[in-house]
Amino acid sequence: MTIEKLTSSVKGMVTSFGLPRVIIALFLLVLFILAPFVGVNVGTSLSDTLNRFGMNAVMVLAMVPMIHSGCGLNFGLPLGIIAGLLGATISLQVNIPGPTSFVLAILFATPFAVILGWGYGQLLNKVKGGEMMIATYVGFSSVAFMCIMWLLLPFSNPTMVWGYSGTGLRTTISVEGYYLHVLNDFLSIRLSDHLLIPTGMILFFALLAFIIWAFLHTKTGTAMTAVGSNPVFARASGINVDKIRTLSVVMSTWLGAMGILVYQQSFGFIQLYMGPFYMALPAVSAILIGGASVNKASILNVVVGTFLFQGIVTMTPSVMNSMIHTDMSEVIRIVVSNGMILYALTRKTEAVR
Amino acid sequence: MNENEVPLLEMRHISKDFFGNQVLSDINFALKKGEILGLVGENGAGKSTLMKILFGMDEIHQTGGYGGDVLINGQKVQFASPIDALAAGIGMVHQEFSLLPDFTATENILLNREPLKYTWLSEVFGERMNILDRSEMEEISKRAIARLNVPLDSEMVVSQMPVGHKQFTEIARELSKESTSVTEGIKLLVLDEPTAVLSEQEADSLLHAMRKLSETGIAIIFITHRLQEILDVCDTIMVMRDGKIIKTVPAEGVVITDIARWMVGRDVNTAQRQAREFDYENKPVILSLENLWVDMPGEVVRNVNLNVHQGEILGIGGMAGQGKLGIPNGAMGLFPAGGKITFEGKQIELNNPRNFLNAGMAFVSEDRRGVGLLLDETLEWNISFTAMQVQEKYLKKYLGGAIKWRDQDAIEAETSNYVKQMEIRCTSTKQKAKELSGGNQQKVCLAKAFAVAPKLLFVSEPTRGIDIGAKSLVLKALRKYNEESGTTIIMISSELEELRAICDRIAIISDGKVFGILPATTDSAQFGLLMVGQTSALQEGGSV
Repeated sequence: MTIEKLTSSVKGMVTSFGLPRVIIALFLLVLFILAPFVGVNVGTSLSDTLNRFGMNAVMVLAMVPMIHSGCGLNFGLPLGIIAGLLGATISLQVNIPGPTSFVLAILFATPFAVILGWGYGQLLNKVKGGEMMIATYVGFSSVAFMCIMWLLLPFSNPTMVWGYSGTGLRTTISVEGYYLHVLNDFLSIRLSDHLLIPTGMILFFALLAFIIWAFLHTKTGTAMTAVGSNPVFARASGINVDKIRTLSVVMSTWLGAMGILVYQQSFGFIQLYMGPFYMALPAVSAILIGGASVNKASILNVVVGTFLFQGIVTMTPSVMNSMIHTDMSEVIRIVVSNGMILYALTRKTEAVR
Repeated sequence: MNENEVPLLEMRHISKDFFGNQVLSDINFALKKGEILGLVGENGAGKSTLMKILFGMDEIHQTGGYGGDVLINGQKVQFASPIDALAAGIGMVHQEFSLLPDFTATENILLNREPLKYTWLSEVFGERMNILDRSEMEEISKRAIARLNVPLDSEMVVSQMPVGHKQFTEIARELSKESTSVTEGIKLLVLDEPTAVLSEQEADSLLHAMRKLSETGIAIIFITHRLQEILDVCDTIMVMRDGKIIKTVPAEGVVITDIARWMVGRDVNTAQRQAREFDYENKPVILSLENLWVDMPGEVVRNVNLNVHQGEILGIGGMAGQGKLGIPNGAMGLFPAGGKITFEGKQIELNNPRNFLNAGMAFVSEDRRGVGLLLDETLEWNISFTAMQVQEKYLKKYLGGAIKWRDQDAIEAETSNYVKQMEIRCTSTKQKAKELSGGNQQKVCLAKAFAVAPKLLFVSEPTRGIDIGAKSLVLKALRKYNEESGTTIIMISSELEELRAICDRIAIISDGKVFGILPATTDSAQFGLLMVGQTSALQEGGSV
């Protein structure tokens, strides 16, 4: 009797959590168990996973508003990232060292995110039904356009521009001396030589996630979910559908900008030019693996998805590499992360209307 | 007909359970050649399960088969799949169309059964290189259409047909199945709610066609919610309730209220008039429409002038496609509209649903699933959403109103209140709207409108596609709401009897204009004349 009860409750948990997530989580667990036997330090691995979780979670969170308003997955994430890059470079140009530069980067990035997001939202309102395809190309073309702008914009801080010509930004800019690890080191907890918990970064994500969660519980947030669920119903309830959709796109774009700033402060570098190009797919995959569908997503989907995706991407290369004793970690990382993306995209489900 | 004749179809002691849940028990009936059997029952009475057994659908086999025997021409049969049933000469026309929209009527009628012509290519590459014999196809489809005796253009593309013609195409497809070496000609036709999507005229011509078919010896099982049609066309009426046959009677001499009573097992007076004296003199005009035009595809409103008095129930009727549905949709702002709408003395700006709602009006759409509901959300959301967005109900305000937080407790309380009040059958208030049956979904739509506490309520086709029991509940709820809160109601419906049951006045719309307004107590023949465009009808009683 008790065993029956147990199996049924386990079954219930599995269905509510989703079978794919259970399998991926088990696989991740196996990797962690294998790690010490092949000479990979579990503390380091855990530390890496947490770190990567913190770096990417905000960008995954950037998917949520647009999914809620029915604009689909934000393949145009590079646009938000560009807003973040503009904020970061302008902050470095102003040249105030230390944590202040991070606050400045956020402040400078925000107007760009709002303006770009607004325009992006207007565009998406004109292509209802085909948002995701258009969004992908908005991302691609904006990256290409900015490749020109990074060369032409009149930046002059010597840490950023090409040394030999004195103009045009470099492809990689170090944030050392500015906001390197401002969040990572805030209240960070060192449990052992290898295990460091980047508390500040995770708190920052938690704060943004809380804001989004709270927003979805307000009147406007409720309207946003309804617009995504049935736009005609929302219109018949007096909602200005286009306005709500635009708002969601602005929010997603701003979160994208915040996401890249968090990423930079942990990674240590600002990556310009083709940097933003490939950022959308891992974020899209993470939220899909977390159990979101094209028009339903929750904060829990973000947390679970980011953790599983980044966990696998971190662990597989290091464990496999140690098992076969050749340095193929980069190859394995690419195979695994693209494999995860491929898997996630096949999981893409659209709730029936 | 000869009594000793072997019946075409006989079902003996049919029973069926789905995992211990008895849905059919001891069903016995026989159907003679050329007989039209009207099968009626509420949703869930077991009609469709019975038809699935007849057709040998997979669903039946996978759930453990059925008990009892099905006999055709006295021979016991057991169809392994619908294909066998079709081969034995049984055809079915479903409620939903299965037609290829970009093909012509002929192509649809003969799809996959086209007569073929050999060419030299087929000699070389085999039969796959045969080409269609177009002239032969045309002939067969014309013959099938002729049997129906309807004006259906065999070369018309399905997507351009009016909905009635699509239905005729479906039927013609069944009729075109003539006997060949492998299959038998059509002997028995099952029509599942064929008139649900048709206007009254189209339905009439369909009923006419059914009569003609039965004269040629084809037996028909006719499933419908429209009881008048059953009386008009059927030889025998079979009423089902809770998986049992309640009554099998000759149609002669039966009246609608009898059938309705057998169906629901209690007295329902859907069509009983509850006439009341409405005092038009002392009630002010609450809403007036002047020169309203609405560009709603298929329901164009050209020029409507209408005054609605406070507290009345005004019915709007008319044929399908004449524009009656355009009026509320245009007034609400869901479709482009023009003209002048004055509500309580203030002019309402058109083409913006927000203005309409802010003024204190509400609209229950005829398109429940498309406009009326958030199918993927809970009942709580469905019922509270409009009131929350328009009137800021169910919100907790923080920081001087800067944060408007959803008040879950208030939403839950209000929803369970409506669930109780309107007898919405659901597992909980957290159930998703798409999981409810049509009738209960309609009640949710009404609850959503009631939650706004409107001064004026537009209700469009409130009983479309729901069974007779739910129908009377919905109508009663509307009448009760009108009486208790004094809300003016404008109800648009294609069923005249329903309008006559609860309305004070009925306006008939024809060709996008108001053709006449009569008190609901007027004889239905008068309304019928108005509907078909007889201007000679009386105009009395209408304070236009």
